[in-house]
Amino acid sequence: MKKSKLIFDLFYTFFKIGLFTFGGGYAMIAVIESICVEKKGWITHDDMANVTVLAESTPGPIAVNCATFVGYKRAGLSGAALATLGVVLPSFIIIYVLAGVLDRLIEIKAVSSAFSGIRIAVGLLIIGAAVNMITKMKKTAFAVAVLVLSCAAMLAVNIFSLRLSVIALMAAAAAAGLIRFFILSGSGSEKRGEGDEK
Amino acid sequence: MIILELFFAFFKVGLFAFGGAYAAIPLIRDIVLSYGWLTDEALSRMIAVSESTPGPIMVNLATYVGASRGGLLGAAAATLAVVLPAFFVIVLLLSLLKKFAENRAFKAVLSSLKSCVAGIILAVGAWMAYENLFAREGCECALAPLENGMDPSAIGLTLLLAAVMIIYKVAAKKRISPILLIIISAGLGMLVYGV
Repeated sequence: MKKSKLIFDLFYTFFKIGLFTFGGGYAMIAVIESICVEKKGWITHDDMANVTVLAESTPGPIAVNCATFVGYKRAGLSGAALATLGVVLPSFIIIYVLAGVLDRLIEIKAVSSAFSGIRIAVGLLIIGAAVNMITKMKKTAFAVAVLVLSCAAMLAVNIFSLRLSVIALMAAAAAAGLIRFFILSGSGSEKRGEGDEK
Repeated sequence: MIILELFFAFFKVGLFAFGGAYAAIPLIRDIVLSYGWLTDEALSRMIAVSESTPGPIMVNLATYVGASRGGLLGAAAATLAVVLPAFFVIVLLLSLLKKFAENRAFKAVLSSLKSCVAGIILAVGAWMAYENLFAREGCECALAPLENGMDPSAIGLTLLLAAVMIIYKVAAKKRISPILLIIISAGLGMLVYGV
């Protein structure tokens, strides 16, 4: 009985978080921290730091990673499922409704003019996100090489309309990282300073 | 079958999108362009809508592509698919592999992936910004930009918006909120291209 109440509370809380958080995952981390740590006491600050690292280093939407984490910690698998459903449902409903009318809205001259401007902003926002990632990155020679090669490969794909999937590119980078790790750890501890990740 | 295609396509997106929404954009772009589900232009539009509506951007995009290709069922399939990998990875890590995230080989792969993803995002953003410099009146085909020539107002808008971003960053010491930039760009768009 008590558990079903907790599970409903998880669903309801994450539904609210999903409904009122604009701007994607990183904005959501701040909201989740203030509600789940400070207000509800569901997880500790330490847990929150862990979930942030986990969310960044695991695939998928950061909000879903967080909701699953909090739900699972408090109420196991069913808690995880309901918290995740809660955080996803508002966007699902809103976008589903918008999808139906957006194509008709775009016929209006003012709307299509607005989107001509917005399109430009979106391109710049993507560049901004990349620049932000690059400034926060540890710039070892290897990291920079991977960055430059990936960027060049992706540009080549676009310019020459090549058929190389993003996933193949990422798999190559992952393999390179792994090979480098084994070479570094195989060549003894004296070279450790160079590749230290901290 | 479109529902299954949507499910597998977005499952792949959910599985390989390390590092949040912007990491997913190149993956989603790859998929929607290769299946012919959306043009670059429609994708930009949806990214803007996703930024300006609440909730995870990846979920918003999946729901939109799903809804426009396969109705309610398509939307549900795409959304479920993009969420499932994140869900299971976290449950798995919490239940059995607590030490896994501390593993040094895993971390080495991860940091390499981060560099790669940053490079890919930069390339996609630069390419989209470049394509936007060209007029594409009345044509949504891939090579239209190059045939129609440069659009002077688009070049002006690009420079202006980039200046707004940089000045905001320097003055306020943080990045401009995407929603604010989208609102500004919408106003400028209406000003330049008419209502």
